[in-house]
Amino acid sequence: MQIFPCPFCGPRNETEFHFAGELGKVRPDTGKEVNARDWATYLYAQRNEKGLVREVWLHLTCSELFVMERDSLTMDVRASKSLRGDAL
Amino acid sequence: MTSHRTDRAGLIDRTQPRNFTFDGKAYRGFEGDTLASALLANGVRVMGRSFKYHRPRGPWGAWVDDPNAIMTVTLDGRSFPNCPAATTPLVEDMQARAVNAWPSAAFDIKAGLDLFHRWLGAGFYYKTFMWPDWHLFEPMIRKMAGLGDISRDAPKNYTADQVHDHCEVLVIGGGAAGLACARAAAEAGRGVVLVDDHPIFGGGLHQSVQIEDRTPSEWIADQLAAIMGAGGRVLPTTTAFGVYDHGLVGLAEYGAFGTAPHLHRMRADRIVLATGALDRPVTFAGNDRPGVMAVDAACEYLARYGVLVGRRIALASNNSLADAAEAMLTQAGAKITRISPQDGAIRALGGKQLKGLAQGLRRHEVDTVLASGGLTPLVHLWRHAGGKLDWCAARQAFLPGAAPDGMVAIGAANGTFDLDQALSEARAIGAGNASDAAARTYSLTPLWPEPGDKGRQWIDFQHDVTLKDVELAARENYVSVEHLKRYTTLGMASDQGKTSNMAGLAAMAAIQDRPLPEVGTTTFRPPFVPVPFEMYHGHHGKQLWHPLKRLALEPQHRAAGAALGEYGGWLRPGWYGTGNRGDLIRREVLSARNAAGIFDASPLGKIEVMGPDAEDFVNFIYYNTIRTLKPGNIRYGFMLTEGGIVMDDGVIARLTENRFVISCSSGHVDSVREHLEAWRQDGNNPDRIFIHDLTQQWSTVTITGPKARDILAKLPLGLDLSAQAFPHMTVQETQREETPIRIARVSFTGDISYEISIRSSRASDLWDKVVAAGEPHGATPIGIEALSILRAEKGYIMVGKDTDGETMPHDLGITIPRLKKKPAYIGDRSLHSDKANLPDRKALVGLAVGDGDKVLPTGAHIVDGTLSRSLGYVTSSYDSPTLGHPVALGLLENGSARTGEIVSVWHMGETRQATVCAACFFDPEGERLHA
Ligand SMILES: [Zn+2]
Repeated sequence: MQIFPCPFCGPRNETEFHFAGELGKVRPDTGKEVNARDWATYLYAQRNEKGLVREVWLHLTCSELFVMERDSLTMDVRASKSLRGDAL
Repeated sequence: MTSHRTDRAGLIDRTQPRNFTFDGKAYRGFEGDTLASALLANGVRVMGRSFKYHRPRGPWGAWVDDPNAIMTVTLDGRSFPNCPAATTPLVEDMQARAVNAWPSAAFDIKAGLDLFHRWLGAGFYYKTFMWPDWHLFEPMIRKMAGLGDISRDAPKNYTADQVHDHCEVLVIGGGAAGLACARAAAEAGRGVVLVDDHPIFGGGLHQSVQIEDRTPSEWIADQLAAIMGAGGRVLPTTTAFGVYDHGLVGLAEYGAFGTAPHLHRMRADRIVLATGALDRPVTFAGNDRPGVMAVDAACEYLARYGVLVGRRIALASNNSLADAAEAMLTQAGAKITRISPQDGAIRALGGKQLKGLAQGLRRHEVDTVLASGGLTPLVHLWRHAGGKLDWCAARQAFLPGAAPDGMVAIGAANGTFDLDQALSEARAIGAGNASDAAARTYSLTPLWPEPGDKGRQWIDFQHDVTLKDVELAARENYVSVEHLKRYTTLGMASDQGKTSNMAGLAAMAAIQDRPLPEVGTTTFRPPFVPVPFEMYHGHHGKQLWHPLKRLALEPQHRAAGAALGEYGGWLRPGWYGTGNRGDLIRREVLSARNAAGIFDASPLGKIEVMGPDAEDFVNFIYYNTIRTLKPGNIRYGFMLTEGGIVMDDGVIARLTENRFVISCSSGHVDSVREHLEAWRQDGNNPDRIFIHDLTQQWSTVTITGPKARDILAKLPLGLDLSAQAFPHMTVQETQREETPIRIARVSFTGDISYEISIRSSRASDLWDKVVAAGEPHGATPIGIEALSILRAEKGYIMVGKDTDGETMPHDLGITIPRLKKKPAYIGDRSLHSDKANLPDRKALVGLAVGDGDKVLPTGAHIVDGTLSRSLGYVTSSYDSPTLGHPVALGLLENGSARTGEIVSVWHMGETRQATVCAACFFDPEGERLHA
């Protein structure tokens, strides 16, 4: 059981969290023409990196999204901060 | 049979005899015995049958390393399968039976399988039973294989308590090293917890004569007193079965036999592994015979239980620990013959009864063979935590290498096999210092399986894997240890290879002529020993796992005789009254169509979206255009995923310019709220949008039916209810006795309906008044079953029932936004993918059958003429009380172009005909809806 630090609530069991995506994914502006490849990349292509990753997580109990930096190999959690303001 | 119990006191209580049976025969042991020690004391050696060949097997080990003696134990009428005899405490009146043996371990009618071993080698099942179809053979094989039978009755009161705990230092293993370390840490002021899986601490210390001028029992008591005196906690009969992410240690604390262990989820700042080491078997012909046992096991049986396992013993060991064992066993009255297994191949003689041991031409008349091929440190938990292993050539073992965070290994688990050295290491680590390695006296001659040797040499006792099987696997190129494991099932038995893995790896290394460390080990996974599933969920069952949401109006429903059931996580009335369920539901449908139904719609979502950016936000969230919705109006719409799939449908009301209420499906409230929050915070300015889920704060009473307006008019609300003043798809806010009330004219039945929402604390008063007002009109409360029929008659869908994971809005006939809506919305681009444009997409249709025909089964497949392919399926199907014939909805390839077509509907081997029609059976012009 991992312990994740919600920037608002502090350290909690991982069961209180939902993964919400890799950080830095930008939704293509669908008000304009978006080609199929770009849209498919947005929908399905994950970097899924080994090692240091930055991700968006949702703390279910407070409903806040936040950014977490962790190591996908060692499961070390380095830092977390609110989604507002500068990303990590 | 003579008693094998000696004068040596051991740790048993000889004033407390315990009577028990094994395979139907009565025996007697003592308090403090295990099933295995009590049977050995009675001269019983055959305690089980092997998994594949049904070979007779006796205990190899004296504790968790024993792979052989597995029993179903019945106590007080409750049966517990797969109890390891070596760790199961003896209790008065236990009835034990060997698993996988019938009628008894000593006489097993399937033992004939052993004669066919030539054809039952590794991969036999894979090779033999694949043609024509594995499923033909599976039932027979399953019947023959497997361990204990699960009792059909769940034992009552078998519930595990669960504790979340924390300590500064967790010491795992209460042998000499663990005790000394825990004491040093506790005396240095640390919060210590010491656990050991035995009921009595001390590990192998009980075999010693003295330790630091004290008897073992005195010394152990001293350490425990000091630990507890310094504020430490000690937990006997507690197994550390796994180390999980971020240092979580799972501890199973066992109580009396037959009770569920307590689960401790322990977080420790520092974990000290003092888990000891095991004797590994020597691989020789017949090494699985009952009577072949680990050297250390024989010493433990003597030290803890006063049981001498044999009188004439061959001691076949390659290491320096054999001297102490010889002295101890000789003193207890055994005649020992020392054998150097490295000097030439040995083989066990005899069958069920061990007759002797041969080495070359020499035969030794012995009744017991004790074997040790060296010590293997127990590094399972180290590996669970991600620690590395280093090969030590001097000790011929994998030892803890680079440490995981916060973990350290001491004593035999760290390869420190000498007592003095282990104690100084333990004390240094406990006090927080580094340990300086002292000289070591442990020595051994490398001894590993030699491929090509004659005879059947067993590597995995429980799964019947022999050296030849490993050779076969190597020949067939299953040379990676993970492939070897799966092909031969080596190490996959309930003991998880505690005794077999090293021999298997060494055999593979020898066959390939590679150094052993290069072959590597398989992955160590929790649990270290089998633990009951029960322990993982504990009390988290039923209401404590997934609590039902309760309606504010539940007392009213109960008083009205509602049949309450779980629907989408809520406890809701399915129907009202007692009697035939179908008749009651039918009557409710008819009363709703002829007069009115009164329905508790409180679980419907009531998620408010507010703020200056609310309009843009909901316009982006919805497939449908919401921007043009005027205050006071309601619109039906879909929410899509970014993949364009319909995730929810429902209505959205615009109360004021910047305030919307989203009325999503009852079962989707939590996921919709999460969806909205995610988009609000990531992609929008969260300071300009506010989301407030008031689903539970507001209750909703729905009146639906031709008399709905008349009934509502009786509540003095001061509203003009005429169709012109209060048309379909509008909302009005008012007050009743200073309580805000919201009335939405929307319909999920096809008849005129009002959804009246009020603060939940005032809902009962509203419900009573509505029911009273409805009574003269013939209106009755209706449950969700009737509502499901009413909506299906009208062709209104339920997302997730009438849609699947591929359904897009145009498949449901809502096509305009896809073609016309300009601003971006979630899922928009996906609606124009190649897949979205395919002509044969599954679309919503109605399915009609002839009058008097039976209802189509929900889930039945719509098939093409040759029955070779499914074109879709029935999603909702009911016998319509309103129309007097069955109605059904379905998803069908190219469905909208098939109107009028007769299709085949297949279900459970039966094929019927149905006519594709529009997905609306009731009031298609909507006259009643807009009345
Ligand atoms: Zn939080």
